Amino acid sequence: MNAAEASGEPGRTARAAHSELWRVAARKLVIAAIFFGGWEVAVRVSGVSPILIPSVEGVFGSFFRGIADLSLIYSTWATVQNLLIAMLVGLAIAVALNIGAFLSSWGREALQTVAAALNPLPAIALLPVAFLWFGASTTSLLFVLVNSVVWAMALNIFTGFSTVPRTIRFVGRNMGLRGLALFRHVYVPAALPYIYTGIKISWAFGWRTVIAAELVFGATASAGGGLGWRIFIDRYNLDTEGTFAGLLTIILIGLAVDSLFRLVERRTIQKWGMAEH
Amino acid sequence: MNAEQLKIEDLAVRFRLGAGELLVLDHISFTVAEGERLMLLGPSGCGKSTLLKAIAGFQPASAGAIRLEGRVVSEPGPDRFVVFQEFDQLFPWKTVRANVADAVRLTRGLSRSEAARRAESVLAMVGLEAYGDFYPHTLSGGMKQRVAIARAWAIEPIILLMDEPFAALDAITRATLQQETVNIWHRARRTLIFVTHSIDEAMFLGQRIVIMGSRPGRIVEIIDNPYVDTRDKPESAALRQRIRDLLTSSAAREAAA
Repeated sequence: MNAAEASGEPGRTARAAHSELWRVAARKLVIAAIFFGGWEVAVRVSGVSPILIPSVEGVFGSFFRGIADLSLIYSTWATVQNLLIAMLVGLAIAVALNIGAFLSSWGREALQTVAAALNPLPAIALLPVAFLWFGASTTSLLFVLVNSVVWAMALNIFTGFSTVPRTIRFVGRNMGLRGLALFRHVYVPAALPYIYTGIKISWAFGWRTVIAAELVFGATASAGGGLGWRIFIDRYNLDTEGTFAGLLTIILIGLAVDSLFRLVERRTIQKWGMAEH
Repeated sequence: MNAEQLKIEDLAVRFRLGAGELLVLDHISFTVAEGERLMLLGPSGCGKSTLLKAIAGFQPASAGAIRLEGRVVSEPGPDRFVVFQEFDQLFPWKTVRANVADAVRLTRGLSRSEAARRAESVLAMVGLEAYGDFYPHTLSGGMKQRVAIARAWAIEPIILLMDEPFAALDAITRATLQQETVNIWHRARRTLIFVTHSIDEAMFLGQRIVIMGSRPGRIVEIIDNPYVDTRDKPESAALRQRIRDLLTSSAAREAAA
C-alpha cells in the first residue's frame, strides 16, 4: 500500500534526505572552490593581462564593492524589475489570448498559430525592429521582453486548461459549480502544473533576453541601466573585473531564482503528485 | 417514503455520429423508490453508463424525461452525486480531508468547522480517519475509491450514483468495498443506483436488478432479488442462472440480427 510506504518512519527518511542534501551541497562547494582556485592559480602563473582575464580576487573585490556602494544592487534591481514588468504584461496578454481561445474556435486557432510561430523566434532577433519602432527606449526593451515571455506562457496556459482531466471536470459540475466558480475551484488548480511551467520557461527565456536587450538599449531603458548595460559599460571602461563581477551576479541571480522555483515546486505540485508531465 | 422518487419515462438517447445518429438508449422506463438499491446490469456497450450519466444530468435526453421528486432533471447537481470508476476523481491538490470537507462546503454551504466534523465522521465510516492529511496520489486505488464514496456520502445527495466504481480494483479489494457499501447503506438508507457488468456484484448489492441489452440499449427485464446482501447462497443459483440466460440470449439475438 502506497500510503503505508509514505508514512513509513518519516523521521528517519527525513533525516537521511537531510544529510544527503548537506553532502550534495558540500560537494558543490568543493567543485566551486577547485574552479576558482584553478582560475586564480592559472591567472598568476600565466601572467595574462588583467584586462583580458582578471584575478578571482579582483572579481570578488569588484563584486563586494558594487554591493557596498549599492550600484550593483541598483543595476540588478533595474534588470529584475524590467523582467517582472514584462512578465506581468506577458501574463495579462496570455490570459487575454486564452479567454479568446476559450470563447471561439477562431480565437483558439489564432492563439495556436501565432504562438507556435513566434515561440521559437529568439526575442533578441526583434531588437532591430524594436529599435526602428520605438528607438532606444524602455518601450523597446519591454517590447522585446514581452515577446520573449508571452508565447511560452500563452501556450502552457492553453495546454493546462485543455488537458484538465474529464473526470475532474465532471466532479466539479456534479458539485453544481458553473462558470467562474468552476473555473476557480477546478480549472485553475488542475491547470497549475502547466501554468507554473509557463512561468518558469518565461523566466528562463526572459532572463537571457533581458541581459542581451540591455546591452543594446542600455541606460535609456531604466535609471542607471541594468546588469546588461553595466557589463557593457565596464568593458568599455576596460574595467574587466567589473564585467566579470556583473557576470557573476547574473549567474547568482539565475541560480537563486532556479532554487526558488524548485522550492515552490516541492511545496506545491510535487507534493500533490501533479509534477509528472 | 416516496415510492416514485426517481421516474424515468420513455427515455431515449441518441449520439450524433458524423452525418448520422446512433440510438444509444431506447424506451427506457422505470421508477426508483426512496432508499432503494437498484443495479443497472448489462454487457459493455448496452448504454448503462450513458443511462447513469443521463440521470446525473451530464447526458441530455433525446426523448422522454427523467424526473427526480417530480422535477425534470436537466443538468448535473449535488442532489445526484456520482462515484466514478476512475481513480482520478479526487482533486489531487487537496488532502483527503479537504477533498471531503470542501465538497460539503461548496454543495451544502456548511461552515468550515461543521464541514470538517462531517468529513471526519465519513472518513471514519470508510476506515480512513488516519489518512485525512494524505494527498490522493499517495493512496492505493481502493483507498481513493473509499474517499470518493465518503465524499459522495458526506454531500448527502438524494440519490447516489455509482458508475462501476470497483471495476478497476483487484478482486479482494472489490469484495471488501462491496461489503462496506452495504454497511454504509444500512446506516442511512440512501437511494443507490449502481452500474455494473458483474452478475455477482449485482446480486450482492441490488434489491432490484435492471437487466439491459444492447443495440439499442434497452431494458430486457427488471428482477427482484431476494438474495441481496448475501453471497453464494445455494438457493440463489437458479436466479443467477436466469440472469445469465437473459444476458446471453439478448446478446445472441443481437448477433443473429
